[in-house]
Amino acid sequence: MLRFENVVLEQGDFRLTADFTLEAGTQAALIGPSGAGKSTLLSAIAGFLEPSKGVIRWQRESLSGVPPGDRPMSILFQDNNLFPHLTVAQNVGLGLRPDLRLSKAETAQVTETLARVRLAEKADEKPASLSGGQNARVAIARLMLRAKPLLLLDEPFAALGPALKSEMLELVSTLAAETDATLVMVSHDPDDARRIANETVLVAEGVAHPPKPTETLLAHPPAVLAAYLGH
Amino acid sequence: MAQRAVSINGVLRGLVPWAGAIVSALLVLLCLGTVLAVFLRAESAAQFSRSDWVAVRFTVTQAFLSALLSVVLAIPVARALARREFRGRHTMIALLGAPFILPVIVAILGLLAVFGRTGVFSIVLGWFGLPPVQIYGLHGVVLAHVFFNLPLAVRFLLQGWAAIPAEHFRLVASLGGGPRDVGRLLERPMLWRVLPGTFALIFLICTTSFAVALALGGGPKATTVELAIYQAFRFDFDLSKAALLAVVQLVLSGSAAIAAWKFSRQHDAGQGLDRVVQRYDRAHGRLADAAWLGFVVLLLGLPLVMVVMQGAAGFLSMPASVWAAAGRSLLVALASTCLAVTFGLALSLWLARLRGAPRALGEMVAYLTVAVSPLVMGAGLFILIFPFASPRDWALPITALVNAAMALPFVTRALMPAVEACEAEYGPLAESLRLRSWARLRYLTLPRLRRPIGFVAGLAAALSMGDLGVVALFADPEQATLPLKLYDLMGAYRMEAAAGAGLLLMGLSFGLFYLFDRGGRMNASV
Repeated sequence: MLRFENVVLEQGDFRLTADFTLEAGTQAALIGPSGAGKSTLLSAIAGFLEPSKGVIRWQRESLSGVPPGDRPMSILFQDNNLFPHLTVAQNVGLGLRPDLRLSKAETAQVTETLARVRLAEKADEKPASLSGGQNARVAIARLMLRAKPLLLLDEPFAALGPALKSEMLELVSTLAAETDATLVMVSHDPDDARRIANETVLVAEGVAHPPKPTETLLAHPPAVLAAYLGH
Repeated sequence: MAQRAVSINGVLRGLVPWAGAIVSALLVLLCLGTVLAVFLRAESAAQFSRSDWVAVRFTVTQAFLSALLSVVLAIPVARALARREFRGRHTMIALLGAPFILPVIVAILGLLAVFGRTGVFSIVLGWFGLPPVQIYGLHGVVLAHVFFNLPLAVRFLLQGWAAIPAEHFRLVASLGGGPRDVGRLLERPMLWRVLPGTFALIFLICTTSFAVALALGGGPKATTVELAIYQAFRFDFDLSKAALLAVVQLVLSGSAAIAAWKFSRQHDAGQGLDRVVQRYDRAHGRLADAAWLGFVVLLLGLPLVMVVMQGAAGFLSMPASVWAAAGRSLLVALASTCLAVTFGLALSLWLARLRGAPRALGEMVAYLTVAVSPLVMGAGLFILIFPFASPRDWALPITALVNAAMALPFVTRALMPAVEACEAEYGPLAESLRLRSWARLRYLTLPRLRRPIGFVAGLAAALSMGDLGVVALFADPEQATLPLKLYDLMGAYRMEAAAGAGLLLMGLSFGLFYLFDRGGRMNASV
């Protein structure tokens, strides 16, 4: 489980508190107005921002001071998820070994994973020659290979257009379900939350509220969420 | 054995994050430790003599005049470039960058061919029954400095003009304003912002000038502090005098550096120079603009053309020792380039992670060599090495090291923005994938920074190739680099051979810059 114990995040004047638990295997959405701190909360889980107070725990272990690369998670950012100067296969291979000294078996694993996302023939191309959707699948292939128990999505598919975005979210959600991974995703779109997330965390007015079942929350939104959703 | 290899590898890996700190420690040692070494080795405290005072005064005077002339002349030239569209504009802006990588001694060769006793200019004067011009002394030094720094000033001012938003020109035009109003409302405020920093930077560059003073100055009345250090060390081996002058030099160029740094923080490396400012007062001053542009083309172009013409004639009469010197220079330049790029990269990666006061301190160290005399650095290293080995055997490695240190401010300045952009865009991804030390360097930093690395390698190579500074301290004829060989040939009045060597040196400097810069661009995907 992912536990926030009296966590306070601060960036300049900005302040966000969080005190709740997400059970392992949950697929949760973070929803709330722009600038409320959804991405900030995600970067704290990922280790790019240390809480000024409190502890974030994964399976009872404190994550304090653990560098991002050593945390049990994979993250997809809003952009820059692939290195444009490396090939597709190299970008995926980095998920196995950051120094890219892949054994034969590991190379085979990369090829196999690329085939799973239907990009086998693009292995030696650079991201620039692929479409947006294909690039998203390269990043997802790397998620598969890393096989971490915690998946964080900071709206990585926002630029793709509605249909493709849903398709990619479904792909990640299926992956999380297959591997019993916990998924935490930032979302602007209540429909995404409904489709993917069984739980939703409302982030608003400086507080990340304890998770509620998505349907319940969206059916009876608190005032601040109602205002955001435009009800 | 395998165990050992692993542990060494581990130690090296551990060193990567600290490389920048190690480099800055080395720089502090090179810049200040060497002064200290010279000081400690000096037997008695030197008196500040009258001739030293004359040297200080000459240094300040020539630097002031050079900076003043450079910026004053740069104003009409930059304005003409900013508002005129003509064929060859692009080439001309490129030409303005050339003096930076042109070896000083080659430029002097060219200037002598134009402004010397038997130069083109004197011949023309002779047609009117006027006596030939005299280039040696204050005006020669100032002339050479203007040759090098006028283009620099023009580039800075051109950036200033390019930074004025096009809408502002439109606004003044729509209000019915003429050229006078454009000047008052837009251009003068911009100039007040850009000029002080440009002036201070050129003043600083001119205070540390050695090769120009060596070739065109000299004599008790036209000696810079740098030249005095050289003379104290090389001719008198008067270390206490050298140390005293080293401190004087440090104070002098240190204050100039602080002034330049204070005034010039808004400058950024050449962007948007290709854009012609759209404006509405073009009918005005067309002839004057053409005249100013013609003046600059002549001033910069004529000496270079003379180097090529005379050099082509003298190419075959060069002694074999010139080729040997060229080979040594190439080796020194390549070694210096490796050092400068490694140091610069380590420093930039380190600085990019610092914030606040440590960052400011780190940047100061990176730019420290701007204010420090390479000759003092060389003299200090000479003294430090002396107990262990013959410094003459180390002349070339020391030259490579000092050249790299001297190139570092430019290298760091050009790399920093690229390093920061790379870290901002791809740092988080690299972190989350545990891409660290060597792997990060290999798969993130080096491929992303190919272009700026190629560019700074070209700069460092050309600067080292053309350097006539510290190597002059150790000068053994059989160890001379090409610039030193060229200087010796000029001193021996073997002008044909000198001209050939000058052409060769210019070709090598420009060639090295071109190759490295090109290498950075080739196959650079995305």
